[in-house]
Amino acid sequence: MIELKDVSKRFVDHVVLDHIDFTVADGQTVALLGPSGVGKSVLLKHIIGLIKPDSGVVSVDGLHVASLKRKDLSHLRTRIGYVFQNGALFDSMDVQENIRLGITNEELYEDVTYCEARVKECLRLVNLQQEVALKFPSELSGGMRKRVGIARAIAGKPKYLLYDEPTSGLDPVNSDVIDGLVERLQDELGVTSVVVTHDVRGAFRVADRIALLWQAKIRAVGTPEEIVASKDSAVQQFLERDLEMALIQSESTDGSDV
Amino acid sequence: MARALTEWRIWVPRTFEQAVLVGYGSLFIVLLIAGFAGAVTSLQTGYQFSGQFPKYIAGGVITESVILELGPVLTGLILAGRIGARYAAELGTMRVTEQIDALESLGRSPMSHLLLPRCLAGIMVIPALVMFANFTGFGVGWYAAKSSLGISNADFIYGARFFFRSFDLWYSVIKSFFFACAVVLIPCYIGYNTQQGAEGVGRATTDAVVSASIAILMLDVLLTQILLTGSGQ
Repeated sequence: MIELKDVSKRFVDHVVLDHIDFTVADGQTVALLGPSGVGKSVLLKHIIGLIKPDSGVVSVDGLHVASLKRKDLSHLRTRIGYVFQNGALFDSMDVQENIRLGITNEELYEDVTYCEARVKECLRLVNLQQEVALKFPSELSGGMRKRVGIARAIAGKPKYLLYDEPTSGLDPVNSDVIDGLVERLQDELGVTSVVVTHDVRGAFRVADRIALLWQAKIRAVGTPEEIVASKDSAVQQFLERDLEMALIQSESTDGSDV
Repeated sequence: MARALTEWRIWVPRTFEQAVLVGYGSLFIVLLIAGFAGAVTSLQTGYQFSGQFPKYIAGGVITESVILELGPVLTGLILAGRIGARYAAELGTMRVTEQIDALESLGRSPMSHLLLPRCLAGIMVIPALVMFANFTGFGVGWYAAKSSLGISNADFIYGARFFFRSFDLWYSVIKSFFFACAVVLIPCYIGYNTQQGAEGVGRATTDAVVSASIAILMLDVLLTQILLTGSGQ
């Protein structure tokens, strides 16, 4: 379980997170919605320990992330896959090596046969051709880079998957493909996921629960239906007309395989 | 750092990769500059001393100038630009494109994957490059002295041996080791802590080269004071 209790974070004079409480139960997919620049990625980076909170507690599987020793933090991170907004692929390595680095078990990482098989499996899971394995990140399109980023994140068979804006910068078709992929991985791998996004339609499609981060606070949390029914002015302001469209989209694609 | 050292399977091969990249890649420019420095030293020695001192003095002046000062300092400054800029830009770009965060998120240590290989490679390779620079500067200086000053081989060797102490070579190695530390540690630190996108990478690269160059000049004065003047050499 991922749990943030009373977490606050400020950068100089700018308060990004203000006494945040946020919980993700095992097996759930939670979408964290919010306008650009509100601090969604900052919250996600707290979960994996890339940023430490000024106050409050971030815990994963009962472990207090900020107070873990370096070795224990590294060990915890092997259970968490993180998909970065721009892929963050290692540009000096080909796709195969990028995905291989995601194999966090050192014994398996040294086993060339296992690594080759796992890279192939991960490429299959993210709907990429095997030939892509030998390409470098600079040779890939934006959508392919996102998918390689996802492949790297799942290579170590993590228990948790954290997606940082998986569809940002993509056209609607590619966004749908990525959303479908997130949905399918959830079904096939049974991971617990947090999807940070400002794409309302995507959030409604993939999430069991939705949280809205608004002006440094979690303004609303609930199932998609509860969010739709919310009378909160901020929720309504953020979702506007897109919300209804997203719900329709969510229902129409429910159960479909992309 | 201690934990990174135990991950030798990761940093040893990467260190050799980096050593080949920065060492082999820097060899040409280092030898070129050392050669020109040797030639100019030789010509200026001839201009200043001809007719007033015995010719063998030139052998001593050229050898000592190259080994004690020009070889280590010029090589250090060139490599501050070449290797320092490379390290700062590479690490800075990796920082702003979240590649370093990605490495950490995979439970891997940036120290053993990125920093240790670069630092060790530089510290191994730079003293070796300085030795190559010394020999090249010495050889070209000798040839230039023969051509322009008309000094015989015997006179040049006599002058070189007359002023040479074996400590001079050690001094050159010690200096190059400290310069190597400045050339790799400062740019790695600045590059690793880069912020604010492309502009930040540009600023980090400039800062790295300037800081490493200033550190080399300051170390030069300090080491001369401690090792030569202080030791009564």
